[in-house]
Amino acid sequence: MDTVDDVEAPTVDVARDALVSTLVEALGDGFVTGEVHPGVDVWVRVAADSWLAAGVALRDRCGMSYFNFLSAIDWKPSPYGRDMDAQVDGPEVSEPGPMEWGTTGGETRFQVLARVHDPVSGLGITVKADLPDDRPEVDSWIPAYAGADWHEREAWEMFGISFRGHPNLVHLYLPGAFEGNPLRKDYPLLARRIKPWPGIVDVELMPGDDEASEEGDDA
Amino acid sequence: MNTLTLAVELAHWQQTTIRAVVGLVAVLLPAGTLVYLFLFKMMSFMQSRLGPMEAGPYGSLQLLAEVGKFLQKEDIVPENADRIVFKAAPFVVLVSTFLLVLVIPGGPDLMFIDVDTGIFLALAVSSISVIGILMAGWASASKYSLLGALRATGQLIAYELPLVLAVMGVVIQAGTLNMQGIVMAQAEGEIFGFGGIGSPFIITQFLGFAIFLIAVQAELTQPPFDMPIAESELVTGYLTEYSGMRFLMFFIGEFATAGIFSALAATLFLGGWYVPGLDPTDNLFNVIGPMVLLGKIVLVAFLIFWFRFTYPRFREDQLQTLAWKVLIPLSLANIIATGVLKVVF
Amino acid sequence: MTDTQQIAYIAAQAADARVNVELETEGMTLNIGPQHPATHGTLRIIVRLDGERVVAAEPVMGYMHRGYEKLAEVRTYPQVTTLVNRIDWLGSFANEVPFILAAERLMEVEAPPRARWIRTALFELSRIANVILFLGDMAVQLGAVTPVFFAFRDREFVLNQIEAVTGGRFHPNFDRIGGLKDDLPKGWIEETRGVLARIRTFCDEMEDLVAGNEIFEARTRNIGVVPADIGLAYGLSGANIRASGVDWDLRRDSDMGLAHRELDWKVWTHPDGDSFARYWVRLQEVREACTIVEQCLDGIPSGPVMAKVPRIIKVPAGEAYVETENPLGVMGYYIVSKGELVPYRVKIRSASFNNVSITPWLLEGVYVPDVISILASPYFILGDIDR
Repeated sequence: MDTVDDVEAPTVDVARDALVSTLVEALGDGFVTGEVHPGVDVWVRVAADSWLAAGVALRDRCGMSYFNFLSAIDWKPSPYGRDMDAQVDGPEVSEPGPMEWGTTGGETRFQVLARVHDPVSGLGITVKADLPDDRPEVDSWIPAYAGADWHEREAWEMFGISFRGHPNLVHLYLPGAFEGNPLRKDYPLLARRIKPWPGIVDVELMPGDDEASEEGDDA
Repeated sequence: MNTLTLAVELAHWQQTTIRAVVGLVAVLLPAGTLVYLFLFKMMSFMQSRLGPMEAGPYGSLQLLAEVGKFLQKEDIVPENADRIVFKAAPFVVLVSTFLLVLVIPGGPDLMFIDVDTGIFLALAVSSISVIGILMAGWASASKYSLLGALRATGQLIAYELPLVLAVMGVVIQAGTLNMQGIVMAQAEGEIFGFGGIGSPFIITQFLGFAIFLIAVQAELTQPPFDMPIAESELVTGYLTEYSGMRFLMFFIGEFATAGIFSALAATLFLGGWYVPGLDPTDNLFNVIGPMVLLGKIVLVAFLIFWFRFTYPRFREDQLQTLAWKVLIPLSLANIIATGVLKVVF
Repeated sequence: MTDTQQIAYIAAQAADARVNVELETEGMTLNIGPQHPATHGTLRIIVRLDGERVVAAEPVMGYMHRGYEKLAEVRTYPQVTTLVNRIDWLGSFANEVPFILAAERLMEVEAPPRARWIRTALFELSRIANVILFLGDMAVQLGAVTPVFFAFRDREFVLNQIEAVTGGRFHPNFDRIGGLKDDLPKGWIEETRGVLARIRTFCDEMEDLVAGNEIFEARTRNIGVVPADIGLAYGLSGANIRASGVDWDLRRDSDMGLAHRELDWKVWTHPDGDSFARYWVRLQEVREACTIVEQCLDGIPSGPVMAKVPRIIKVPAGEAYVETENPLGVMGYYIVSKGELVPYRVKIRSASFNNVSITPWLLEGVYVPDVISILASPYFILGDIDR
């Protein structure tokens, strides 16, 4: 990976292009799109059905033996905006806008993404897959990368995405009886519902001077 | 060399009272000295800190403050514990400690009882503490305690053997099991014709001394043999559920036993209350003997605690391997060598 | 505890209860943590024991989950650095760096050279502050109490230097998009040289006192062996993977945007993959970190420490993933921006999460004392697992 700041950033990235074409070859129709930022990074988007196949191909054919992380993105904007009751640094978003996707685009609300590395060449790749809206479900990556276990449990509890073939899909962080998927955008930030974020104003009143008039500024 | 003889005749109850008081002092004084000198001060020095400094000059009264603190604390008994056994366990450990002090001579005429098989008695009563530890671990109804107690039992049984065998060399050389006799043998003996410093057995029985110290370290469940406590694994092992006064009793038991085992080592290997250059039958030793002994206790305890503060701990199986495959063969070889040399010279 | 864990736990308890009735030997379920001296934090591990041998181990986390990924979605970019400071709290400056670098990449801003070099120096100082605690703590886990005091003693000097620059000992919050908050204080460079000499002495002490100790070797050699392929598949990083013989260090092998590639230093690996190897590699890494900081001190270029960035920071739409070789291993941030004041989504890839995820695999079949040795050696910080 080179920095963006590199002045003579190459316009063609042979290694990363080769990576993408290997995946195209391995996945066939399962490959949706790829995006290479020359000298910086590479993204590919695969069909949900080819998710596990993509993992296996990356491991076996591209030398991506290092499992980095697996997570998900909820592309449906939050109806709660920034969830603060006094916006000093921006207007409140009340109407959630339409869904806009990021790099490599998207079609559905949930996108699962994973990143793997080749420790020899130093290349990394981000793989994404769109999940069907009615049933956010995808194959588990454990057969390809054993380390995906906990990451999938985290994605399951945080986003409500289930992973087919995961042996132990149970809560990782949250208590057993917890309901809801906190990292979904339509899940409110409950702490803000109870108490406005104190950081929104710089001066927090000291206990005892509710009017803060006779004491002067003691902040 | 009889029992305590004073210029005035004392009634039996008076003698008993004096013995009880002296016994209490003999157990607690070395224990307190060790805690202050080593646990508070030497450990702090080794760890680049000051240690207690507030209570008394250089924190010398800290010990009293700690005792006061523990006495004030609630004596908590876990709900599922076997209450009687749980409460009795610290006493059993302490009994072992107090019985040990009986046979250690503090001067030519200063000792509680003068039994012919003194060292034998000492080694026998030192095993009682295992029962106390097992009681504590079992009665606590805690998994950590149980694991700790079982570890302690396995360890103490394994290390009784090298402890006894290490002493055998001394006994062979001195020709007696009597503690006073062993001191006398060192005071009056000579090494290969040179009698200037007597014959402290540490010189001829150095291997025995080393094995004895290692075994003592294990008997005291101190690092590197502190698996029964193992605070990073078993919280504090069999002590986990104890608090307040009963924890204090275990604590005193630990350090008093350290002091008394140091006294045993000093008596067996360093000449006990004797200092070279003086007549061992001199009445002077009844006065300075205990002090000399205390000095030697501090010397030996320094070694014990030095290991304690610097070494990591073994694993259970490594500990057993060390006992059965290294220490016991070595001490047997030591006995054979001592016996052969004894016959030859 | 999750439902299935609850059921498994109850079943295990019932099995234990049967022991008393049938007088058969059966396993025992032991909870190590969440409040246990060895877990330095609130990690809890449920182990099934057969005697002292572990049959199965199940880590339970989340006692300290603070939801930074959710919180980051409502905080502006500069506000996020105060959050991520608290992820790996022992080397907190290093947490800010990858986030700032990712934001800089999206904004196409470059920090001036002086800022990059000072960042590198502080980054490596936080590595020292973090890892020397491990060097002492590992000994404590194995029962030697003294080394950790040495670690705390010398860490103090490192923290003083970090404090002198940033004003914060624990949570510096010093890194800014486009540079640093401030320049170095006067006399700092000379003072830091003295501190580095102390750290080198400390490393020698640890080599003698801990790594050279026979009991330490007996307790760590061939314990918790991680083969390279397994380690890679689980995503182990940092010294953990280098101790398995994988010669991979982001500081050398990828341009993280810091000054490491312009300096002369060495990446240490160890072929064994056991607890001892992990300790040894970390020991060498502290020494290398001293070398790196020394070269930084020699070579800090002059100039400003802050690039021109707008007062209100809006990051252009896009996605970027930047990772750096943090004290605990690879730490990265996947930022999804929609061109607003706040990130749309931040995925925090913390090192300890992956490093600890291998423990169920590692702990199977070992003895309870080795559980501690194995848990200590991948060196996790709870905040880095739970985020």
